[in-house]
Amino acid sequence: MDTLILYGIAAVGLAISWIKNREKTRTALKKALKAFEGILPQFLVVLALVAAVLAVLDTAFISRTLGASSGFWGILGASLVGAVTLIPGFIAFPVAASLMREGAGATQIAAFVSSLMMVGIVTLPMEMKYFGKRVSLLRNGLAWLFSLAAAFFVGWVVSL
Amino acid sequence: MKTLLKRYAGVLIAAAAFTAFLILLPQWRGKALDSIGYQARTMLLVIPPIFILLGLLDVWVPREKMIRYMGPGSGIKGTVLAFLLGSFAAGPLYGAFPFAAVLMKKGASFPNILIFIGAWSTTKIPMLLFEISALGLRFALARLAIDIAGIAIIAWAIQAAVSKQEIERLYGAAEKID
Repeated sequence: MDTLILYGIAAVGLAISWIKNREKTRTALKKALKAFEGILPQFLVVLALVAAVLAVLDTAFISRTLGASSGFWGILGASLVGAVTLIPGFIAFPVAASLMREGAGATQIAAFVSSLMMVGIVTLPMEMKYFGKRVSLLRNGLAWLFSLAAAFFVGWVVSL
Repeated sequence: MKTLLKRYAGVLIAAAAFTAFLILLPQWRGKALDSIGYQARTMLLVIPPIFILLGLLDVWVPREKMIRYMGPGSGIKGTVLAFLLGSFAAGPLYGAFPFAAVLMKKGASFPNILIFIGAWSTTKIPMLLFEISALGLRFALARLAIDIAGIAIIAWAIQAAVSKQEIERLYGAAEKID
C-alpha cells in the first residue's frame, strides 16, 4: 500500500520531468543510481543483520514478550523489542491489535509501536553513513527513551 | 579496486558472520534464510522509487530555493515544510536517510533535517490511517500527539548536544554526494 503510493509519486514525478527536460531526467536517474551504489555496502550489512535478528525475534517471540509480561519490565522489554526489529506497519499493527484483544496492555503495545517506528538499531549502519556515529547514536538513544514516555502517555489516554 | 575492497569490508564481515550464524545455530537457519529473502525483496521493492525521487529533487530543486524554504533563516515555515515532507513520505525509515542527505546538500538547516527524519519515522499519513483501523482512534491519536512533541524535543536535544564542527562535517560529506 505504502509502496504503491511511493511508486505512483515517483512515476508521476518522472513523467513530468521527462516531458519538461529529458537531459535533466537522465541526470536524475544517474544520480539515483549513484546514490544507491553509495549506500549499497551499508544496505547489505543491514540486510544480514535484519535477517539474523528477525530469525530469532520472530512474530511468535514478539507476541510472547508483549502479551505475557506486564508492569514496568514488560514496557521496557516491549520497547527493546521494538528498537531492534524492523517490521513494516502493515504487519506490526495487526499483530499489535490481536495482542490487545487478547489482553496485552495498551502501554506495552505503545512502547513497542513507538520504538519500532522511531528507533532503528539494525539500520544504524545506514544512518551512520549520512549522520555519523554521534548524531545517529544520540537520535536512537533519545528516541528509545522517548518511546517509554510515549508509552505511558498513550496508556494513560487509552485508560481514560 | 582497493577502495572497493575497503568499502565492502563491512559486507564481507557481515556475510561471514551471517554464514557462521547459519552453521552454528541450525535451529534458526530456515527462518534466517526465509527472512533474508523476504527482507531483500521488500527492500529492493521500496528502494527504486525513493532513489528516483531523490534524484529528481537533486536535479530540479535549485539550492537557493531550498535555502529559502528550509534553510537556517526559514523559520517556522521551514519547520512546517520539513514536517509535511516527512509526513507525506511513504516507506521505511532507512529510506529517509539518503533523502535527508540530499536535503542537506541543498542547504536545508540541521534542525529541519531532524524534524524531517522524525516526521518520516512516526507521522506518515498512510500508516496512521492503518494504525487507526488496527489499534483504534484514541490509541493512534494519542501516539501521534506525543510523538509530534517527541520529534521536536529530540531535534532540539540533538541540535544542542552536537558540536557545530560535527554538523559542518556532516554537511561537507553530504555535499560530496554527486
